[in-house]
Amino acid sequence: MLYREAGDFKTSYRDDSQTFPIRFDRTAYYVLIAVALVIVPFVINDYWLNAVLLPFLIYAIAALGLNVLVGYAGQVSLGTGGFMAVGAYACYKLMTSFPDVNIFFHIILAGAVTALVGLLFGLPSLRIKGFYLAVATLAAQFFLVWLFNRVPWFYNYSASGQINAPERSVFGMKVTGPETEAWATYLFCLVFVFLSAWVVRNLTRGATGRKWMAIRDMDIAAEIIGVNPLRAKLSAFAVSSFFVGVAGALFFSVYLGAVEVGEAFGIQKSFLVLFMIIIGGLGSIFGSFAGAAFMVLMPVLLKNTLVGGLGWATDLAAHLEFMIVGGLILFFLIVEPHGLAALWRTVKEKLRLWPFPH
Amino acid sequence: MKLKLTTLALGAAIAASPALAELTFPSLSYRTGPYAANGIPFADGYADYFTLLNERDGGIGGEKINMIECETGYNTEKGVECYESTKGEGSLVYQPLSTGITYQLIPKATADNIPVHSMGYGRTSAKNGEVFRYIFNYPANYWDGASVAIKYLLNENDGSLEGKKIALVYHNSAYGKEPIRTLEELSEKHGYELTTLPVDHPGQEQKSQWLQIRRDRPDYVIMWGWGVMNQVAIQEAVNIRFPMENFIGIWWSGSENDVLPAGEEADGYKALTFHNVGSDYPVFDDIQKYVVDAGLAAGAGDQIGTALYNRGLYAAMLAAEAAKTAQEMHDTAAITPEQMRDGMENLVITEEKMADLGLPNFGPEFEVTCENHGGNGYAAVAQWDASAGEWSLITDYMQSDLEVLQPLIEEDSMAFAEESGIEPGCN
Repeated sequence: MLYREAGDFKTSYRDDSQTFPIRFDRTAYYVLIAVALVIVPFVINDYWLNAVLLPFLIYAIAALGLNVLVGYAGQVSLGTGGFMAVGAYACYKLMTSFPDVNIFFHIILAGAVTALVGLLFGLPSLRIKGFYLAVATLAAQFFLVWLFNRVPWFYNYSASGQINAPERSVFGMKVTGPETEAWATYLFCLVFVFLSAWVVRNLTRGATGRKWMAIRDMDIAAEIIGVNPLRAKLSAFAVSSFFVGVAGALFFSVYLGAVEVGEAFGIQKSFLVLFMIIIGGLGSIFGSFAGAAFMVLMPVLLKNTLVGGLGWATDLAAHLEFMIVGGLILFFLIVEPHGLAALWRTVKEKLRLWPFPH
Repeated sequence: MKLKLTTLALGAAIAASPALAELTFPSLSYRTGPYAANGIPFADGYADYFTLLNERDGGIGGEKINMIECETGYNTEKGVECYESTKGEGSLVYQPLSTGITYQLIPKATADNIPVHSMGYGRTSAKNGEVFRYIFNYPANYWDGASVAIKYLLNENDGSLEGKKIALVYHNSAYGKEPIRTLEELSEKHGYELTTLPVDHPGQEQKSQWLQIRRDRPDYVIMWGWGVMNQVAIQEAVNIRFPMENFIGIWWSGSENDVLPAGEEADGYKALTFHNVGSDYPVFDDIQKYVVDAGLAAGAGDQIGTALYNRGLYAAMLAAEAAKTAQEMHDTAAITPEQMRDGMENLVITEEKMADLGLPNFGPEFEVTCENHGGNGYAAVAQWDASAGEWSLITDYMQSDLEVLQPLIEEDSMAFAEESGIEPGCN
């Protein structure tokens, strides 16, 4: 009844191929953007920022990036943690070497550096496929973490091997370092999330994205119809690594502030982001957000309910949390193997007919 | 998604029920994950001491203690979440028991004016209180540990380590890398040869490191390990028949959990400590009476008297004493985090004080000042007796080589001050 396309006439191709063709969707999208931009900054506090919103926004960028590679181009990657580390260390080196340049550009540049590294580690994808490629990217993960631990130049020869984000500001508002305002860091990350989602959406519905999808669906057929696998695969690696690098840079500079490579960017981070896009939905922008939200919010929600609400012991709650999150992942994947995005699509299909399904 | 957020808000609202007019001590513990075996006894000791104060004395200075426990799993992201969720409740001091989380909290807590006490871990140069106003690491830090270990070896070798080979097996993280600098400086001074062998998190895989030790045959092995890494290292040392009495761990590698899996073979393993061992102290009778018998013991209640339980208890005792000092200084029972900081900065631990608390001879005497947030750097060596199943101190408390350490601390803290734009000073 509410959600319908009847009467929503399109008179141009442009209207017809827009991202949200249904008016209700479009309105919901504008409302969401308005709430995120205008209302949330006024009500946000440190807890919501650091426990919920910052990790959600940053992981959403990482998931978007990985989704380009795994979901759209079909190249399995287990190197996300390593590429995030490249973003973080590149950002650190840039921040400390060029303190006068705005942090915004440092983060973009950190993404660009990661794109180059990703390009390099994407080269094996021209020869190997599937699980074998996953193993090759796994090598990237371990090599990069080892490199940042081993070469003191990357952490400016500090005694502990930790990197610390110095204080930087945008438009006079501090966004890194300890004395930031919650709304400032939130908006800073939100801008990156918005731009990333916008770019990825437009890349994936254009020629580049169609080439990626052709390679994913059947690489030989794609080659026959004229898709250059070298360019398609390497561009997917570069674009994906760019966003993963941006996420890593934000993760280090804005969210944590101090990072130790093995602990923050270990193999578990690669798996975490991969699970996000599998649960959220491969090859879907909404899926990246849904997966990131699921993996970030569920543990916090469960912890607050079990420990804060019910007063259970912290260790019991932590163990139960693993079991419940694991169980939910299984449940969602059994009910809908294509992730939360597919679930959402089904709900929308049903809503179009509701309440008169016949 | 929307539903989830509402439920979340509800959960957070329930969680955030402020406890007024109480002294809040958050306990960022880890009872799960690869470091749980060591996190549990510490958390139990920390909780039991505060329970004891509540039950026996009605809190500190008449104010009840409210201890909030938050599970970090030794994970920095969860540590940040725990910090944010507890800092609004008037938390007086943070003791995260993780060097990684401590590094996170140093800038954050300083900005929020909440003290952090990283007792025997964290950033060593926080000893310089003129730079790190809110960070404390008394009574001893990692560099003290490294220096005392070398001092002990010097005593064993009649004052000379010339030509000896010493290997450092360390957790490849900020924690494990801390002593390298000091050991290098000391090797120049004393003429021993240092090899460093990193072990990656979580430390179950150490075959190659110990193979190298078997090949190089160092005279001594020093270890900076934590969690499962300790047990594996001791087992591997047994496997290559490395003489246990030449194997010395830092205080975080010296708990019962670390030596028990290797059984009889671990006999003679040594570890540093900055407090005494065993449960032969009057305070443990009170814990039995007021906490265990009343059914209020934290966790499973089976850790009492173990090395790490004692350390948790010691940490809680120092926090409580600092709170008392702060109450006297500011003439109020309900102290704020800033006042707690003053209490910590003026903390004096004497033998009489410890005897009054039922802990005679439990730790070294020390005094905290603004210039010195790290105490006097005394530590002792304990040895494991496998047949009796207990640790015993085999030396007196020895002071670290401050002649070597002080310039290093000065250098590192000044670098931090410059990096983060801090004007060093006591006011």
